[in-house]
Amino acid sequence: MSVPAEAARRRIVDLFLSSEERLLRRWTQLSGASPDELRDLYQALRTAISGEEGDLADVRGLLAELSRARVRQGYTPSDTARLVFSLKEALYEVVEDDGGPEALRGFVWFSRLIDDLGLYTFETYSAAREKIMLDQAEQLLELSTPVVKLWEGIVAVPLVGTLDSARTQVVMEKLLQTLVETGSEHAVIDITGVPAVDTQVAQHLLKTVVAARLMGAECVISGIRPQIAHTIVTLGIEFGDIVTKASLADALSYALKRSGVEITGAARTRVAVRAERG
Amino acid sequence: MSGPQELPIVTNGDVVLVRQQVRSLAAEIGLSLVEQTKIVTAASELARNALVHAGGGRVLIQVLEGGRRPGLRLVFSDEGPGIPDVDQALTEGWSTAGGLGLGLSGSRRLVDEFDLVSAPGEGTRVTVTKWAR
Repeated sequence: MSVPAEAARRRIVDLFLSSEERLLRRWTQLSGASPDELRDLYQALRTAISGEEGDLADVRGLLAELSRARVRQGYTPSDTARLVFSLKEALYEVVEDDGGPEALRGFVWFSRLIDDLGLYTFETYSAAREKIMLDQAEQLLELSTPVVKLWEGIVAVPLVGTLDSARTQVVMEKLLQTLVETGSEHAVIDITGVPAVDTQVAQHLLKTVVAARLMGAECVISGIRPQIAHTIVTLGIEFGDIVTKASLADALSYALKRSGVEITGAARTRVAVRAERG
Repeated sequence: MSGPQELPIVTNGDVVLVRQQVRSLAAEIGLSLVEQTKIVTAASELARNALVHAGGGRVLIQVLEGGRRPGLRLVFSDEGPGIPDVDQALTEGWSTAGGLGLGLSGSRRLVDEFDLVSAPGEGTRVTVTKWAR
């Protein structure tokens, strides 16, 4: 039994056009998407396949918009792909009721079309997701290297996360720049947030300290936790005459002392009680 | 617990992933915080060695169970130029990449077992093991 391809195609398009309500209802059920979204897609698809050229540009545009929105809303990739693929199942039910060989052969053609559109949706989805990740990575690099002023003449760099060559470069530049701008003579590099100090990180730290020294500033490295101290000693890294402190508070009080600021305790705190009369 | 898993080391980002994976497994088998940090640091050194000297490689991470104590074994391998003089490479302060020269010798001290197999032109394989106390 052979069915001409053209006839098969015409038959499936007819079925697709004539059972709009049924298809949309079933498609909504299967995909869990909103009926409005699907109606727009259905109409774009109808225009595309009932015309002679079969131009899918509009459908693709709609799908791209839809998958980008879904990335932002946090849908999974399979949810997004299912939205497209479930149209096949909805249409297959219509085809089964029809039962004719033209409809079945036409369904294979239609299936291929939906597969293409599904893959396209998936591609746009990943592209949108990758873009978000890239943006975030860039934002993170900017965020992750603040240089803060702790006191007149004392600046601090709280480092959080992995210290690779690119970041060290940014940190070093920013630190040196801030030393010049604020005329500071003390810098505290706090590594409480650095999970592991290996030889590369240590080397980067040493270089930063040496660069700051060349500019006449004194550096203190703070936030060395017990396990980090243990590891540094075992690795055999020597920090030489660089001052290190366990906490940022220790480093600050050291730097204050070095710059001649005297801190007195809060022993003389006065409490004043006053009654107010209205 | 999960079986052995292999991670590629091709970019700097992969070194970070190796570190995270080793840290979570080390915590899972009950290594102390100091021991965790040591094996993570050794993993970081060896992964970076593979990246810098051989242009990339891979690591096989294995949880060792069934003995008296659980352990973590990492096998770093690459198809790089290999190490012509292993003793020299393990000497403190020896570096061909402008580093501190402590990575390999330091890693050996950070772990319980250390095994290095390498020959010029045949790549390098470093196996390290850390046991829970």
